[in-house]
Amino acid sequence: MSHTREFSPSVDFDPQFVSSQATQMRIDIVKMLSYAGSGHPGGSLSAADIVATLYFGGVMNYDPQAELQGSRAPWRDRFILSKGHAAPVQYAALARAGYFDAQEFKTLRHLGAMLQGHPDASKCPGVEVSTGSLGQGLSIAAGLAQGLMLKGQMDKDGQAPPRVYVLLGDGELQEGQNWEAALYAAHYGLDNVVAIVDRNMLQIDGNTEDVMTLGDVAAKFEAFGWEATTIDGHDIPAVHQALTRVRTTGKPYVIVADTVKGKGVSFMEDVAGWHGVAPCAEQCATACAELEPQLSCIASAGIIAAKADTVSAKGGGANG
Amino acid sequence: MGKATRAAFGETLLELISEGHDVVAVEADLAGSTTTGKVEEHYPERFFNAGIAEANMVGAAAGLALAGQVAFTGSFAVFGTGRVYDQIRNTVCYNNLDVKIAPTHSGVTVGPDGGSHQMLEDIALMRVLPNMRVLVPADYVAAKAAVRYAATTPGPFYIRLGRANVPSVYGSDSITGIDVPDVTKAHVIRTGKDVTIAACGIEVAQAIGAAELLALEGIEAEVIDVMCVKPLDIETLVGSVSKTGRLVTAEEHSVLGGMGSAVSEVLSEVLPTPTRRIGVVDQFGTSGNPDELIEYFSLDAASIAAAAKELLV
Repeated sequence: MSHTREFSPSVDFDPQFVSSQATQMRIDIVKMLSYAGSGHPGGSLSAADIVATLYFGGVMNYDPQAELQGSRAPWRDRFILSKGHAAPVQYAALARAGYFDAQEFKTLRHLGAMLQGHPDASKCPGVEVSTGSLGQGLSIAAGLAQGLMLKGQMDKDGQAPPRVYVLLGDGELQEGQNWEAALYAAHYGLDNVVAIVDRNMLQIDGNTEDVMTLGDVAAKFEAFGWEATTIDGHDIPAVHQALTRVRTTGKPYVIVADTVKGKGVSFMEDVAGWHGVAPCAEQCATACAELEPQLSCIASAGIIAAKADTVSAKGGGANG
Repeated sequence: MGKATRAAFGETLLELISEGHDVVAVEADLAGSTTTGKVEEHYPERFFNAGIAEANMVGAAAGLALAGQVAFTGSFAVFGTGRVYDQIRNTVCYNNLDVKIAPTHSGVTVGPDGGSHQMLEDIALMRVLPNMRVLVPADYVAAKAAVRYAATTPGPFYIRLGRANVPSVYGSDSITGIDVPDVTKAHVIRTGKDVTIAACGIEVAQAIGAAELLALEGIEAEVIDVMCVKPLDIETLVGSVSKTGRLVTAEEHSVLGGMGSAVSEVLSEVLPTPTRRIGVVDQFGTSGNPDELIEYFSLDAASIAAAAKELLV
């Protein structure tokens, strides 16, 4: 076994493109929550740059076309939204990646909708596992990573197993199951687990350090046997660098991403009250007026489709 | 006396793996007791110990299932169901995953460890979950069939296994001589016209004993093994009580929410039947030997027979 784990990008990283996608996703988030009349903007907006980098920065291998044709590419990397209440950020990424039409946003949280209040794998293409009850995603990620490793051993194909990316909320880390899973992933050397903590410092009842001190999250994971790094979760090149750097083999990896809850919408930033309240139509218009000028090189549907095709085309063999 | 139902667990997993099934066992530090240690011994790459961390055991099993494995969880019933109810509900059942919850040490026959370890609410907890199926095997042979059926049938299962050795109900050298049962059915294992005794798990052998006691008094009891508590085999149950007109249910579980409740829920709608439910009456267990506890909690053959006679007065 080598001592480092190489990363093989699925597409070239274009920070401008990722940034535009993140802005578009923020607009999508605000609009879909406004349509729905309820939901969780704060933690969706704080994670937008991370999720945009995963899906549009050449980090994850995935194949929406296969899924639309009723199958799933076995080599695809998996994404688990452990903080399931941030479903809108995943829905925005999935639609912009080509899993479904953006028109679906208007049905968020409606009876019978593909876009349930929390991600539902049985209803929404591209969702690997239904989440919503906090504290469970890291365990699922660990078991999934282990199962993918086991499959690789059985198949003897010599390929590294797909990666499992799991996005955790910081408040969610107060759930003890995370730390059971942290022990487990380190014990079994699950280096295909990549956890990203959306460290926005706020939870429903206020600042995380007032509600229940989390302290130095990276140091805690390191103490549990993980490789850890801390970055600015809104600095897209830094997010990309952290997600793609060469790593120690045999260790799971956590990126603590310092973020601002509600990022990108001035009146939502750093306000705990925007955890679980949807903007009204007027607030939505104000938010979009702030965001839309940031759409620099936008991302017509054609550009996005071209990127998605590149991802699909390269996915099968590019899995490092 | 035959082997304990838990003895069937590890043995059947070994058989399934050797036959090429993608089966894994995820344990929480009880590999020797639950018998998942057999998998660790023979197929270490298919055994994962979560340590004393049941929530993660269930979550990791869910992840393994997402990767295409059939994942069996271990631990004791009290920790493997109640302690991890939300993990089973929101991750296993909500996602309809191939996770088979198969903890051992259910019921009062755990014995000396006492009430903290005697799980009496697990059937109730598991059967109300959408997508979950519930199997309560009466003996080693039925338990082997249950583990095999669960492994080869998609979706979540709860298999209730026990610690204590129990009489053999099925197989050539057993009480009934009936071969390996179809675990999806309720089985009439003794016919009678006066009263139906529907039992599950270790209470099937007690129900057979009760029928023998009643026979001494000229009462013909029909005994049904309701090994599949969910989905219930309604047809067999209705067929029996439409003949006898009386029902006693017997289970090593709380009378609240268990098999007796499940059967009563259905019969109250389709064929209301005078019923007595034998089980632990809304209380916790206590230390003692299994045989003592079965008598102490009135789960014994004589108590079942007495309940049947109440209905015949």
